[in-house]
Amino acid sequence: MDLRSPIARARGLGSAKDGTGHFWVQRLTAVAMVPLLVWFVASLVSLAGAGFEQTHAWLASPLNAVLAVALLLALFWHSMLGLQVIIEDYLHAAWLKLPTLIVLKFAHLLLAIAAVYAVLRIGMGS
Amino acid sequence: MMSRPERPTSPHLQIYRWELTMALSILHRATGAFLSLGLLFLVCWLLAVAAGADRFAAVDAFLGTAVGTVLLLGWTFSLFLHMGNGIRHLFWDIGVGFDLGVARASGWAVLGFAVVATGVAWWCGLGGAAWT
Repeated sequence: MDLRSPIARARGLGSAKDGTGHFWVQRLTAVAMVPLLVWFVASLVSLAGAGFEQTHAWLASPLNAVLAVALLLALFWHSMLGLQVIIEDYLHAAWLKLPTLIVLKFAHLLLAIAAVYAVLRIGMGS
Repeated sequence: MMSRPERPTSPHLQIYRWELTMALSILHRATGAFLSLGLLFLVCWLLAVAAGADRFAAVDAFLGTAVGTVLLLGWTFSLFLHMGNGIRHLFWDIGVGFDLGVARASGWAVLGFAVVATGVAWWCGLGGAAWT
């Protein structure tokens, strides 16, 4: 027997209002990032002290550029979902929560675009 | 809008006995948030590589400072801890490892992994200039 009032039923569950998609995408991006991050961290370690030319050449190679973009997309998506949960847990006043979430979402979007732009710029040769 | 009156709450952090499981849960969130902050720097670094040798040298110089090194070390450890604990979470998601003994053991494994992986990465990275 559902004990919720009709309006609660209409408004959706909990502080996030919707959870299944969030839960699944968070896991999906996490799984994708395990191999991607192993590759990325190993690459960065090998590039330590390498200097500009080598770093630039590494990022310019097609395979590295594609993997880097894949990692970046997963990273920003995962980060957005994670920060969303943190905000929802600690900010309850609607006038504070909603703008914060929106600003965070836009910031993630903008930074993701900037990051992908940088990788493409390196790959196409600036 | 009327602010809610201050009501007394029961003590929690002051009295609850610390468990590894608690600590890792908190660290998972904290490292996650810190890593999100690191994304800002990652974008700066990428844009610097795209911009040219001068910008790159500037970012590289910052990484060489004490602050830069501490931040990088922090991000490295945070990454390995968050990833290790994340995998631990994935096992919980399929229902494996909930027994308290197992959860504690996996917790220690995650902590150990984070420390070792950070050490290995930095050892390789610092020795990297000598090898390449």
